[in-house]
Amino acid sequence: MSAGSGLQARLQLDRADFRLDVALDLPGGQVSALFGVSGSGKTSCLRAIAGLERGARGTVSINGEVWQDDARQLFVPVHQRALGYVFQDAQLFAHLNVADNLAFGMQRVPPAQRRVSLDQAVALLGIAHLMQRKPDTLSGGERQRVCIARALASSPRILLMDEPLAALDAARKAEILPYLEQLHRELAMTVLYVSHAPDEVARLADHLVLLDLGKVLASGPTAELLTRLDLPLAHGDAAAAVLEATIVGHDAQYHLSVARFAGGELCIARQSLAMGQALRIRVQARDVSLSLQHPSGTSILNILPVRVLALSSDSPGQVMVQLGAGGCTLLARITEKSAQGLALAPGLAVFAQIKGVAILG
Amino acid sequence: MPTASPWGAVALTLQLAGLSTLILLLLGTPLAWWLARTRSWLKGPVGALVALPIVLPPTVLGFYLLVTMGPHGALGQLTQALGLGLLPFTFAGLVVGSVIYSLPFVVQPLQNSFEAIGEQSLEAAATLRASPWDSFVNVVLPLARPGYLTACVMGFAHTVGEFGVVLMIGGNIPDKTRVVSIQIYDHVEAMEYAQAHGLAAGMVLFSFVVLLLLYTLNPTGRRQRRGAKVRQ
Repeated sequence: MSAGSGLQARLQLDRADFRLDVALDLPGGQVSALFGVSGSGKTSCLRAIAGLERGARGTVSINGEVWQDDARQLFVPVHQRALGYVFQDAQLFAHLNVADNLAFGMQRVPPAQRRVSLDQAVALLGIAHLMQRKPDTLSGGERQRVCIARALASSPRILLMDEPLAALDAARKAEILPYLEQLHRELAMTVLYVSHAPDEVARLADHLVLLDLGKVLASGPTAELLTRLDLPLAHGDAAAAVLEATIVGHDAQYHLSVARFAGGELCIARQSLAMGQALRIRVQARDVSLSLQHPSGTSILNILPVRVLALSSDSPGQVMVQLGAGGCTLLARITEKSAQGLALAPGLAVFAQIKGVAILG
Repeated sequence: MPTASPWGAVALTLQLAGLSTLILLLLGTPLAWWLARTRSWLKGPVGALVALPIVLPPTVLGFYLLVTMGPHGALGQLTQALGLGLLPFTFAGLVVGSVIYSLPFVVQPLQNSFEAIGEQSLEAAATLRASPWDSFVNVVLPLARPGYLTACVMGFAHTVGEFGVVLMIGGNIPDKTRVVSIQIYDHVEAMEYAQAHGLAAGMVLFSFVVLLLLYTLNPTGRRQRRGAKVRQ
């Protein structure tokens, strides 16, 4: 499937407690996340794009195909839009078994327009063993996987996912996330993913839209938005940078692998990935400390030369430091005392000691 | 009074109940769907109107039907203008009366099961390319099956048990309007207790079997509906 030109939408919707007013321009073939706290209008926005909110005014087009244009009084009904929608609580049809649920959408798509086969969707979500089961015998995680496969099998131009993991516990989430990543890699489908969980966004999204009280606060590549000090994401204990890296070496003796990103190389725990394979690495701001000289005699393996880009006060006594490393941006959360002691200022060259990294797959 | 064969009355009763149930399902489905979905202020009044036959004495219902369908009533004038003649004391009149009399017993179970299905199933169907009609046939109807079973059984059985309305608008014409319940009344009036017993026992047995059928088939229905609610 070609990447196409993605989704463009301008939508307004009056709700009882706020007004949604957004302009979105999302890249095709990538995963975009709509991120915001509860009540910021994420779900309303997603529903408006799908055509499920009749009160929404504006325009929606996907890969150049117009779904809504109020100026031309054009509104394509939901069932004529090539979209997949995954609801927060899996909406499987209780009277149909898994196989029939999966076939429901696919059967209604003309064969010439089918781009994802049923087998492909089933294999991607690992649900082949569930085909004859009824929805009420499935676990929450299984239900959500069937729902995602069902949406995929209808060959959508865009897959809209409304917090598909929100109703699941941590174990079930961990069960589904790898499938979502795989979907991303294998289908290159345009996905719009609603979430209020920073870790999900860091793991899945290429592009991020921050929503607050129905307005777009910021929109751009995930790695950039996660580290922008003027945005709330780059503050607090969970703040983290995301790096796109490739595997360039393995060290069998120490059970380590080497991953290269634009700003240098990182030693990570041994990965079963082949040389040259891409992976996403998350570096939490609280795991990065700074030093003026290259430290010696330290147990920390990953020490990178970086440049201070900006500083911003975080919580009392804490400072968030934005660091540049070969075009990539990292964050370090240090104490105000240290920042003053090191006389940190924009432009200063320092060494970032990275205590730990998380591999996001 | 000459005693007619009981089978004429039985056949007539089954015909009446069957035809009424069929008409009720056709009328009741859109009505129940509207009641289940609408946000109009009319929902309350219409719902109350549909439920009236549950609380009204059948004679009241029969009386007004007789007046309305009579030569000076609105319905009577309409049927006359259409060249259909008058409905009271005809089988067609009984069908009209039965449909109104049993309406709540069909509409309410259907409405309940439609309401239990919820908006999100329909939205899910729409995002899977199903048109509204397609969703209704392939999602709503199968999910509402327990409701339809209850509606059929209740509508049919309630019509079979009808007496007051029939007496008021149908009279007692053998093979035309004399249904089982009227026939039993006749037998008792004529002191023909043996014949009355035969039909009355038949009615008891019939009603028992029907309710047994309903209760044995419906637990699955109830479980499905509860399951559907949990998932919403």
